[in-house]
Amino acid sequence: MSYVLIVGAKSDIAKATAREYAKNGYDLYLAGRNISELENLANDIRVRTQKEVELLELDILEYESHHSFYEQLEEKPLGVISAVGYLGDQEKAQSDFSEARKIMDTNYTGVVSLFNIIADDFAKRGSGFIVGISSVAGDRGRKSNYLYGSAKAGLTAYLSGLRNRLYDARVQVLTVKPGFVATRMTENMDLPEKLTAQPEAVAEDIYSAQQKGKNVVYTKWFWKYIMMIIKIIPEWKFKRMSI
Amino acid sequence: MTCTAWGMYPKIECEKLHFSTKEALRKIIHNKQELIPYGNGRSYGDSALNHNIIEVKPHNYFLGFDEDKGLLHVEAGVLLSEILEHFVPRGWFLKVTPGTKLITVGGAIASDVHGKNHHIAGCFSECIADFNIMSAEGKIIFCSREQTPDLFKATCGGMGLTGVILDARIYLKKINSKYIDQTTIKTKNLKETFAAFESYKDKPYSVAWIDCLAKGDERGRCLLMVGDFRDDGKLDYKIKKQKSIPFNFPGFALNNWTVRAFNWLYYGKARKGVSHQKVDIDTFFYPLDAIDHWNQIYGKKGFTQYQFILPRETSYEGLEEILTTISKSGKGSFLAVLKLYGKANENWLSFPMEGYSLALDFKMEKGLFSLLDKLDEIVVRNHGRIYLTKDVNVSKETFEKGYPHIETFRQYRKKNKMDEKFQSLQSKRVGI
Ligand SMILES: Cc1cc2nc3c(=O)[nH]c(=O)nc-3n(C[C@H](O)[C@H](O)[C@H](O)COP(=O)(O)OP(=O)(O)OC[C@H]3O[C@@H](n4cnc5c(N)ncnc54)[C@H](O)[C@@H]3O)c2cc1C
Ligand SMILES: NC(=O)c1ccc[n+]([C@@H]2O[C@H](COP(=O)([O-])OP(=O)(O)OC[C@H]3O[C@@H](n4cnc5c(N)ncnc54)[C@H](OP(=O)(O)O)[C@@H]3O)[C@@H](O)[C@H]2O)c1
Repeated sequence: MSYVLIVGAKSDIAKATAREYAKNGYDLYLAGRNISELENLANDIRVRTQKEVELLELDILEYESHHSFYEQLEEKPLGVISAVGYLGDQEKAQSDFSEARKIMDTNYTGVVSLFNIIADDFAKRGSGFIVGISSVAGDRGRKSNYLYGSAKAGLTAYLSGLRNRLYDARVQVLTVKPGFVATRMTENMDLPEKLTAQPEAVAEDIYSAQQKGKNVVYTKWFWKYIMMIIKIIPEWKFKRMSI
Repeated sequence: MTCTAWGMYPKIECEKLHFSTKEALRKIIHNKQELIPYGNGRSYGDSALNHNIIEVKPHNYFLGFDEDKGLLHVEAGVLLSEILEHFVPRGWFLKVTPGTKLITVGGAIASDVHGKNHHIAGCFSECIADFNIMSAEGKIIFCSREQTPDLFKATCGGMGLTGVILDARIYLKKINSKYIDQTTIKTKNLKETFAAFESYKDKPYSVAWIDCLAKGDERGRCLLMVGDFRDDGKLDYKIKKQKSIPFNFPGFALNNWTVRAFNWLYYGKARKGVSHQKVDIDTFFYPLDAIDHWNQIYGKKGFTQYQFILPRETSYEGLEEILTTISKSGKGSFLAVLKLYGKANENWLSFPMEGYSLALDFKMEKGLFSLLDKLDEIVVRNHGRIYLTKDVNVSKETFEKGYPHIETFRQYRKKNKMDEKFQSLQSKRVGI
């Protein structure tokens, strides 16, 4: 067993994470929609590291396909990392339920559907790691993105429960909570430079936390303290704020 | 957005242009006036600066490697450090590398960079098989020494003024160790320094740290370091994490006394005469990369690196005069690097020629540019030239005198309409 499965592999964080794992000696399954767009990255990783890279088509919203998707993997992966996410348009989602639903299903339902299948296999096997990229946005709902935030909150709670369930089976479950990251998702946002991480730095944090067997990691590390403060603001005060 | 390069001077307002496809880059070139490609901003001055800069660094895919030929194909945004990270463990090293590994392949070509082995291996262009470049008209041109000799000679050392280099094939060199056997020679004055360079010129790698503040009999004393790769099969190379300097050092931290103390310490560290050390790739080739953003120690106002070269015949007198002028000025440098170079190549704007080059840092302060003008005058009088990739001040006249092929380069740019698109602050200052 040498493969790591990365889903939502076209995400900028996922691409950097793929390079990080290959550099450290792992082969890769990269899964996502229109995955052939990753042909150049797959080649890049092969040239850099001489590791195997396989591309697999996967839509996280096509729940019925998830079983056969996982079945087709001849060699089951050592671990799985999901970078699937959809920020969506908060304002639109407030009045257009299809947008709200897409946010919830992409960030939560779809990932749960796939992880359930993989968790069963890892539990049976008694080994493996499951890494879910959630978000600091899931730590507290804010008016600017609470649909996304609530879906991520759901994912965070799911991963926490899964970790509890799989503890005896010695399967590691890692919740990743990035703050601001400079990726395609945020390219049109004006993010504060000092608080914004590059995808490569996030990938290093994910790899190192996973290797150390951690449960939850904030990336960059200072988000742990920022969120600590944001979480202790009393609700009567928080509801009046614009942050 | 503010843009700046390694010297943090000048800082200008600019638009950073990103492209995801070649078609997008074509549109950018078509729509904008006055563009300049930007790699990793390790040039010191204004060569990579203008109001529109094209960000090439995100284009960092490795495209292929031919193990038999040692031929690596990469996109232009790949950093030399990435090549080392993946290829040193497999027994490959760069044929030519500058004193930092944190530059892009595009930047290495555009400045036709050189390293400690210039006297043996020449400039970066020596290891290039070919590259693709997007022209002022948005065409992708395949360029090699044989097929497009003029474009090759204009682009290698051409400071981004001929187009955007997209990808390149470069030859690597076989090594069998990540260690270097280093010999350090401590000299007492410039005469001894020159003699030491001559007697060690068969060593593939050599460079000297010279104490610019030494006066009188000690003027020109240095530590000459020469070396070559070992052959012990130890190739487990890993990129080390950089240490960081957490804040912008106040400018005054680098006054004359601290510089003097530093020089004394470094110079004092080496044992007398000749000594031998076993050092790794990073210590030998890239000592400054150990600290992230060390450029900030010069304070917010920034600094510049002044690098010139003098032909062999005038090197001794010229250097004496320049060292005297610098030490009189009391403006000193953290680092002064001296090296004996090999023969010049054919590229129109490449810096190296046979002779001695000195590079030193000056923090930005009042009176600096008039000192640099004074140094320029000595350089010109001694038939030398200034290195564009470090420069931020040289005048059109001084620059032209140093580069005999400048008219050819200008005409070539005009003929191919490159001057209508690609310009940096520097190219406008020196009129190329
Ligand atoms: C600590 C340190 C040590 C150094 N030591 C040496 C040394 O020993 N020898 C030496 O020769 N140099 C040395 N340098 C200088 C450095 O190697 C050059 O300035 C190099 O060109 C920087 O590359 P970059 O990718 O950072 O490019 P930038 O600084 O971003 O750009 C430099 C030039 O290259 C052009 N350029 C960049 N990318 C492209 C592209 N894709 N297509 C066309 N043009 C492009 C730019 O327009 C600009 O003119 C050193 C610099 C530092 C900071
Ligand atoms: N960037 C930030 O500041 C930030 C902060 C906190 C958390 N995060 C989280 O980090 C993760 C990675 O995001 P990113 O910043 O790298 O942004 P991104 O590039 O937009 O990544 C999101 C990825 O999810 C994939 N995806 C969306 N819907 C999918 C579906 N139905 N099926 C399969 N894949 C689907 C996208 O694939 P396509 O390419 O096909 O669209 C894309 O690759 C996400 O979970 C995000 O929520 C990001």
